[in-house]
Amino acid sequence: MKLFEIKNLKKSFNDVEVIRDISLSVEQGQVVAIIGPSGSGKSTLLRCATMLERIDSGEIIYLGEHAVKTDEDGKAVYASPNSLKKIQSYFGLVFQNFNLFPHYSVIKNIIDAPITVKKMDREEAYEIGRSLLRKMGLEDKENAYPYQLSGGQQQRVSIARALALNPKILFFDEPTSALDPELTGEILKVIRDLAKEHMTMVIVTHEMNFARDVADHIIFMDGGVIAEEGAPEEIMLNPKNERTKLFLGKFRE
Amino acid sequence: MNLSVLISELTSGMLVSVAIFTLTLLFSLPLGLLVAFGRMSKNWLIRWFFKIYISILRGTPLILQLMVVYFGPYFIFGIQMPRNYRFIAVIIGFVLNYAAYFAEIYRSGIESMPIGQYEAAKVLGYSKSQTFFKIILPQVIKRILPPVTNEAITLIKDTSLAFVISVQEMFTIARAFASAQASMIPFVVAGVFYYVFNFVVAYTMEWIEKKLNYYR
Ligand SMILES: Nc1ncnc2c1ncn2[C@@H]1O[C@H](COP(=O)(O)OP(=O)(O)O)[C@@H](O)[C@H]1O
Ligand SMILES: [Mg+2]
Repeated sequence: MKLFEIKNLKKSFNDVEVIRDISLSVEQGQVVAIIGPSGSGKSTLLRCATMLERIDSGEIIYLGEHAVKTDEDGKAVYASPNSLKKIQSYFGLVFQNFNLFPHYSVIKNIIDAPITVKKMDREEAYEIGRSLLRKMGLEDKENAYPYQLSGGQQQRVSIARALALNPKILFFDEPTSALDPELTGEILKVIRDLAKEHMTMVIVTHEMNFARDVADHIIFMDGGVIAEEGAPEEIMLNPKNERTKLFLGKFRE
Repeated sequence: MNLSVLISELTSGMLVSVAIFTLTLLFSLPLGLLVAFGRMSKNWLIRWFFKIYISILRGTPLILQLMVVYFGPYFIFGIQMPRNYRFIAVIIGFVLNYAAYFAEIYRSGIESMPIGQYEAAKVLGYSKSQTFFKIILPQVIKRILPPVTNEAITLIKDTSLAFVISVQEMFTIARAFASAQASMIPFVVAGVFYYVFNFVVAYTMEWIEKKLNYYR
């Protein structure tokens, strides 16, 4: 089943086209890695997919429900606020710089949205929150505040925060880029574990080995388009596109 | 007239000063937030209205504003105001004036918030008002506490401006005693009172700041 789909997405900033006609789809349980040089539009693509950015034209579809359609004039038309609210609950996003709420304790960061947004029962929210903290190896940090944690721990809390809402698909925008190199491993392991549980994920990353291991499908973006995509071995070992070759070459040394 | 009479009179004046101070904060802090919203409105007409409001209230003397509020209804509209309007006029004048200052403090606090906080809340499904009241405002309050403390200290001293429409606050009373007795003592005692008042307020604000230091 197609869980998530983008058709002919276009997005400009001040007349500069940053996403130029991108289409892609993600199957249930699939892990898609997006790679590409900086400035190629990877973050913008995720931000459009998660409605942080308004698209100019194209379609965004979650579980067959249109979040955005395009009218005859080629202009994007967003679904009603109520439908968008529902669609919003299908996805989660993990930011490069975590964006935890500094005034909330670790557990409150995780359970506040379920309680506030989903009207979940407090007891149940705490139960889910604690089990997520165990899963992230942070059971002793329940009452800590974000500033007391390392970057890797903060990122694990932010992953737990996203998971607490039980999304169908999780987007990651360079989840390890803000971390010291020795801390990236712990995040990559968490994502690998999620992949084993068949969590559907779209991951923008600069960790090529990780992308090759964890992804079912790799998308190489360059200049606002998908320059090449395919199975990891295909892209990593046998790229066809010159720009892909050039890009991957930089990671070979 | 002895010192104990002076002190008891000044104490009753002090209560009026404290009342002006408390009521002003009570109303101008929330009103300031509304003015800040207006000042940041997407609608240019609303935005400009509040921009001008802030500009005028910060750009003219409070003492003049108090006189306009007090005398305005009669001089402009010929409306005879009740006797107790004196005190009400002081509160209205102070609230309107301080709301303008607080609005700018709120605005700078709100604008200093990282965009990532809004984005994280949006992706988690918080509504606009939930985002503001649960995520943004608590952090803004922590950030703006130092400038708000400054304003509160200034407000204590500003309460003496109520003398201009003869409200019986501490300064008005001290002045009356001083001129009746040709003595500096009433002013010295009033000064001590103001200083103690300031000390209590500064101490309270520091205590609140410490309370909010549980996160960074
Ligand atoms: N809010 C914005 N306003 C203007 N230009 C932007 C904005 N966001 C991104 N861009 C531009 O869009 C291009 C793609 O950026 P981005 O999606 O962040 O790339 P990537 O994540 O692949 O590094 C860049 O040239 C960037 O400068
Ligand atoms: Mg990026």
